[in-house]
Parts: sequence; C-alpha cells; structure tokens
Amino acid sequence: MSLHLQNIDHVVGGQSHISGVNLELEPGSFNVLLGRTLAGKTTLMRLMAGLEQPTRGRIFMDGKDVTGVSVRKRNVSMVYQQFINYPSMTVRDNIASPLKLANTPQQEIDRRVGSIAEMLHIEHLLDRYPQELSGGQQQRTAMGRALVKDADLILFDEPLVNLDYKLREELRDELRELFKARNCIAVYATTEPNEALALGGNTAVLHEGKLLQYGPTEQVYREPNGRHSAEMFSEPPINIVPGKLTATEITFDQSLHFPCDPGLQRLTPGDYDFGVRASHITLKPQSADDLELPVLVDVAEISGSETFLHVRHERFPLVLHLAGIHEFHVNDAINVYFPTHQLYAFDKQGSTVHIPSSAQGSVAHG
Amino acid sequence: MTLWPKNLTFDNYIGIFTNSSWYMGYVNSMLYVALNMLITICVALPAAYAFSRYRFIGDKHLFFWLLTNLMAPPAVFLLPYFQLYYSVGLFDTHIAVALAHCLFNIPLAIWILEGFMSSVPKEIDETAYIDGYSFPRFFIKIFIPMIRSGIGVTLFFLFMFSWVELLLARTLTATDAQPIGMIMTRTSTASGIDWGTLAAAGVLTIVPGILVVYFVRNHIAKGFALGRT
Repeated sequence: MSLHLQNIDHVVGGQSHISGVNLELEPGSFNVLLGRTLAGKTTLMRLMAGLEQPTRGRIFMDGKDVTGVSVRKRNVSMVYQQFINYPSMTVRDNIASPLKLANTPQQEIDRRVGSIAEMLHIEHLLDRYPQELSGGQQQRTAMGRALVKDADLILFDEPLVNLDYKLREELRDELRELFKARNCIAVYATTEPNEALALGGNTAVLHEGKLLQYGPTEQVYREPNGRHSAEMFSEPPINIVPGKLTATEITFDQSLHFPCDPGLQRLTPGDYDFGVRASHITLKPQSADDLELPVLVDVAEISGSETFLHVRHERFPLVLHLAGIHEFHVNDAINVYFPTHQLYAFDKQGSTVHIPSSAQGSVAHG
Repeated sequence: MTLWPKNLTFDNYIGIFTNSSWYMGYVNSMLYVALNMLITICVALPAAYAFSRYRFIGDKHLFFWLLTNLMAPPAVFLLPYFQLYYSVGLFDTHIAVALAHCLFNIPLAIWILEGFMSSVPKEIDETAYIDGYSFPRFFIKIFIPMIRSGIGVTLFFLFMFSWVELLLARTLTATDAQPIGMIMTRTSTASGIDWGTLAAAGVLTIVPGILVVYFVRNHIAKGFALGRT
C-alpha cells in the first residue's frame, strides 16, 4: 500500500498547523517524521490516520482517495506518546481487541497474540492488567495492539519519549526488526535526530507545519536542503556563522579570513551563512589548513560518553561535539580548530547552496 | 427519663412492616428514587460525553445554564409542576415525582460525570476507533467501565437528593405514590405524637442511604471533587 498526501493544509481556529504538505510514502517503507515540538508531527499523523480531516488537499491510499473516509475503515493503527491501553481489559484482551472486532477465529487470535507477545517480551504478563505494569511494559502492550492486526499504515507518535534511556534504545532496535518482515508503511515521529539516524529508512523534516525535506535518512542528514533542515537534523545543532564570500576567500569578520574551498568558488560572492557540524570542530588540528580560533569556554555539557562543549569566540558562539568525557572550567581560554573544508553554505533565504565534498559519502553521527 | 431504654421493644418496627400504609411509603419512595436514577443516568451519560468530548457553539454557556437549574429552590417549580402533571394525568404517580426530580438531578449528574469523563484521555476513544470499535460498543465495553466509580458516585448523589426531597414529592402525590416522609407526618395527630413509630420509621429511612454510602465509600472523596483530581 502506498500513501500519498497532496497539498495538505490543516487550519484550526484560524491558525495554520500544516501547510502545503506533499508527501508520498512507498509501500513497505519506514519513515521518520523529524521536527521539534509543535512542528506539526502529531497533526500530520492524525491526518494520515483519518482522525482529523484536512482543511484542503487530498489523501490517497493505493491511489484511492480516502480523504473523507473514517478511521475505522482505513486499516491503520497508532501508538501514542502516552501509554494508552484499555484499563478494564487484561494485556491479552488488549492485544486481541482489534482481532476480536474483525471476527478472527479464536485459534488464530491466540496464535497471533502469542507470537506478538513473544516478540515484545511480554508473554509472561498477558493475564495482568495494564495499570499493574511498568511504563515500558504498558507501551509494549500498546505496540502489541498496534502490530497484531495487519494494518496498512502504522503510526508511532513519539512512542519512546516517556521511557528511560536504556529501554528506549532496546525498544527502538526491536521496532526496526519488527518492520523488516512487514509490508506496511510505518511512520515514526520523533524530535531527536539521533533517533532518526538510528532508525534509518526515510526521514521527513518538518518545521512549523511545513515539510522541509523528505528522502533517505542518511541523505537528508548529509545533504540538508536548507538551514532549518540542517539545524533540525543535528544534535547539538549545526553551528551557523554568518560570513562574506569573495572570489577566493571567506571572511567571518574583518580580521578572520581564510582561502575558501574550491567548491565554494563557483558561488557568486556575497553574504552567506556557513554551517559547520559540531563534531567537525576539534581540539587538535586535523589538517594543515584548519583555522585556529582562540575561544573561551562557556559550559561543558556531558551527555552519555560524549561532551558538548559550548564556547564563544569574540564574534560568534560555537558548539563542539567531542567523544569521551572532557572537563573544562568556565572561561578557560582554549584553541579550537575550525575545518575550512567542511563548510555548508546557506544563502540568506536559508537554502543550501554548497555541501562539502567530505559529507558526500560517509556518515558521522552528531 | 433514662439514656438506656428500660424496656427494649421492636413492636414499632413490626408495626411498620405489617401495616401496608406504612411500608408502602418506603416502597413508593424507593420506586420513584430508582426510576429517577435510571432516567437521569440514561440522559446524563450521553450528555456528559458530549460536553467532555465535543466543542460546539455555546457549549460552555449551555453547561453553565444547566448548573443554574440547581440554584433555583424547588418551591419555585411547585405550582407549575402541580398544574402540568395534573393536566396530563400524571398526578399521584411515581413517574411524576421521578421526572420532577430530574430537573435537579440531571444537571448535577452531567456535572459530575463530565469531570470523570474529561479525566479519561481522548486517545482512548481514538484508539478504540482505530481498533475498529463502533461508537456504542466502545461506549459500553470500554468507556463506561473506565468511569465506573464516577457513575457510582453520581448515583449516590442522585439517591441522596431524591430520597430526602419532600416538597415536590408530597405535592405531586396524594395516596398511591406517597413518599415515606409524608407518611411519617401521620405520627403527629391531635391526640399527641407517636414517638415510638416516628423513631422507628426514622431509623429505617437511614438504612438505604447507609447501604448506598457503603458501596461508594472509596470513591466519595473523588466524587466531591467531581472527578477533577
């Protein structure tokens, strides 16, 4: 089954929540909706499910117009951010409920509930009630209910947000496995770029109700089509430094200039925003023509086994993404090395005009 | 005078239970109270669901207007009700009292139930539709079990109002549907007051209330907060 959203607008009380979204999802694809809170991820999912009707635009499933078709007739399933289960039913009945409603024979129900429960590691909890389970188990139950029927479209609305870190990674990996064998469209909403990269598949970047970019996840990461897209799809966000491009040089301010990458020379000279990934700025020089910048440390943020180092140069702030745990003190004066060959360039409208050659090929997290 | 009864007797209770004009008072009261609870719940459940789930023009005003019904003293409605029920031939029936009490009980029930229903996340409804539940099936199989305690508490409040309300009940009845409260006034006669029977009847009127309270005792606090925890 394929899903096609055509010029979707969604306006609630005069406020535009979704505007002009065109999206075509391939059969059997795994799609990530990436965007901040209020970017319209949930709204878009509700439109896909048929829980809400678009103000303008059409939705096609398999080429058939389903814009006005109610959610009951669409064969979709959905997992919410909150743990939604039927509290008056046991885990077994919760998972079985979509099958029971479809008049599936009891034997078949038992078999499928059993196999789904096994996949989600909740087979020993089947006779308990949802409120007796931990958050992770409750969410597994909700996922079980969504996966047990052969839905054409499965929607996950930030399903792992309310779970602890370890459980999140575990469930995320399992989820990816679960979909390999299926021929349905999966849509997964998240605010975290790392989650999108871990899940793979395709990624659609949403910003303020608009679809910025859609494509294979790694490609979207490597070749963001604009500044917003690049900022959204990097954690910590990509560093943006305004600068001036002349025929051969880039100038960040009067004093700071360096010869530019040959690739950049084809651009018309003028003002651009230059983007450099946090993981590309380093504490030690990586190549001979790295730009040495004296900076002061603002804060070192330790996240897992990585350090996000926030520093300020006299003209602009920078964020570094360092592997390992590093300790710094506020206002420490250090030198960082700024890669002059790994610059993205965005024009003043925010569109990407240059992608560094180093980004085309390998993917680094960060 | 003594605090402890010298001669313990149950004659007054026996008298009440053997005299049909007495015990029919209890039967009448229970009948119209039960009828009233049934009608009220049937009307209030869908109404409260609508108020909690749908936005429509004037919904908040309508909700407030319902509450204003609780603000008027029953006496205001006395004469119009008497004339209305008399002219349509409902005078001195159980249903007449049950309907009259609905005026106060339905808004109260909607108010309480709306609170309980609003504490159920809307996503439950949506999940049910996604799973393929029809609305009636969802409402009965999933939604009502989720607000069980709310319904229990609501029934308690309905019972309490209807059981002790005397003004409307006695005006709209004569003999066939007379409430126990009215019959109890018979103990006061020209020849004095029959304290024994009055006391026994009084004790018996509390019994149903105690039973109802017993069943909803764990939910009452939440009920007073109208489900809005």
